Amino acid sequence: MVPELRLGTLRDIAREARIRIITNSHKTHTPHLGSCLSCVDILVAAYFNGLRIDPKKPKDPERDRFILSKGHGAAALFQILAMKGFYPESALESYGQNGSVFAEHPPIPDHLPGIEAATGSLGHGLPIALGMALAARIRKQRYNVIALLGDGECNEGSVWEAAMMAAAQRVANLMVIVDFNKWQATGRSEEVLELTPLADKWRAFGWNAREIDGHDMVQLADVLFKKNSDGKPVAVIAHTVKGKGVSFMEDDNNWHYRIPSKEELDAACHELEIGA
Amino acid sequence: MRNAFADEATQLGDADPRIVLLSGDIGNQLFDRFKSKKDGRFFNCGIAEANMMGVAAGMALSGLRPIIYTIAPFTTSRCYEQIRDDVCCHNLPVIIVGTGSGLSYAELGPTHHSCEDLAIMRVLPNMTVLAPADEVELRQCLRAALKLSEPAYIRIGKKDEEIIQKKDENFEIGRSITVREGSDTCLIGTGTILPVVLGAADALAVQGVAARVESFHTIKPLDEKTLADVFSRYPVVAVIEEHSRIGGLGGSIAEWLTKQDRMNGRLISFGTDDSFMHKIGTQDYARARYGLTSENIACQVMAIIA
Repeated sequence: MVPELRLGTLRDIAREARIRIITNSHKTHTPHLGSCLSCVDILVAAYFNGLRIDPKKPKDPERDRFILSKGHGAAALFQILAMKGFYPESALESYGQNGSVFAEHPPIPDHLPGIEAATGSLGHGLPIALGMALAARIRKQRYNVIALLGDGECNEGSVWEAAMMAAAQRVANLMVIVDFNKWQATGRSEEVLELTPLADKWRAFGWNAREIDGHDMVQLADVLFKKNSDGKPVAVIAHTVKGKGVSFMEDDNNWHYRIPSKEELDAACHELEIGA
Repeated sequence: MRNAFADEATQLGDADPRIVLLSGDIGNQLFDRFKSKKDGRFFNCGIAEANMMGVAAGMALSGLRPIIYTIAPFTTSRCYEQIRDDVCCHNLPVIIVGTGSGLSYAELGPTHHSCEDLAIMRVLPNMTVLAPADEVELRQCLRAALKLSEPAYIRIGKKDEEIIQKKDENFEIGRSITVREGSDTCLIGTGTILPVVLGAADALAVQGVAARVESFHTIKPLDEKTLADVFSRYPVVAVIEEHSRIGGLGGSIAEWLTKQDRMNGRLISFGTDDSFMHKIGTQDYARARYGLTSENIACQVMAIIA
């Protein structure tokens, strides 16, 4: 269990991240706000309470790896990495400008500390994460690898190719978290391609699967720290709400692409601040 | 050629613990010696090439040196975006080996032909593109590619290719090998078509034309020094490849020519047509359908020179 005091801190970090993400979207016209807000709590739980990482040693061979396979959540990741100390906050001032590395998707690792792989095209992150997890076995290292996928991303066949290989290889140091916010870019994910029962799908592919509330820091901590002893890779189906944290963005898929106006930004920040 | 690949990869794997071999469910028994190391560095990734390429990228990001092996179209066009994004964009030292390239699997039909791979691989930034003529070149290509810290694609044949080359201490990626000297014309071959090219040189010799023959085992980076030499020296330079005339070595040299001042030599290009071959047959049959025979090449070159 996470101590109550620590829980409060994690929630504060998540709230602060949401304010920054929405402010940045308004300022830099960066879309995918709904997708970013649905995974903020997962990112905070991973970076501030799960991963064994040291921002001062971003290339430490023994570090845990986190891959944002749903690369369009980069606007959230960029804020979290700055808050974690991988680069100074001032670096984000260039966001969205010509020549900046901060845009809509993560750049390659050489261009930004804390990034493990450039993603954006969907269905790429899990195979890469699997390669990293297998490399730990070959090189006799003890790190874990987490790949965060979108539910829409589970449309991609490469996700299931990787799922089968991970199960066949019994890769126990690999975890998938699916940010199951029930929407993809242009429709309900369930209506586009049949996704449910999602946890059972992963189980059928040979994984240990668990369903949690992806906004609950206690449940997130529980899965991140649970000892994985039976040799199977782990899939966490994190039920989330797209646009989580701002009443008029929640579960409204227009915020996949929409940019908040000044009035909307103020209203969103007000809600998040009074929620403190 | 594939046996030589397996043998060389095994030797290299013995010497370098970073080397990992990934196969797309082909090469039954081919890799038994590599597998016999039992140190978990061989992976049959199944019939799932997109995942295989991503896994290789993840391994390379973790300090390993993966070598991927499967049939040419499946290791190139099948998983092209993974090559582009995961391997090339990250500029990772992944070696992609395409076996049965060109028309090697003529009898298997057009799904198994690979006459576009050079074009789609060489357009990718950071990618080195190699097409060894025989197993001697292949072994040297593989060793040289492993010394790179960047992606490389090696297109190879299948088995029992004629051995032409000798081990060359000075072998270098991007430096063509002169197989035969000649003062009248120059024939540039790439890959396993080299015996046909040499046959064309023989046929030209009968007619009193001395043809120089170059083996361009490297398509990218292009050996510009040799090109500058042959295009200034010979009135006709013929490129012969078991690949589409669009986008391969001939296309690459044509692009290069656009950047040069007026050259003495005229480029002519032999390769496969812009069409799928729906009729099956042997590799020789398929080559002949596209005019890739010694006789046709010699005849066409003679027609221009004479």
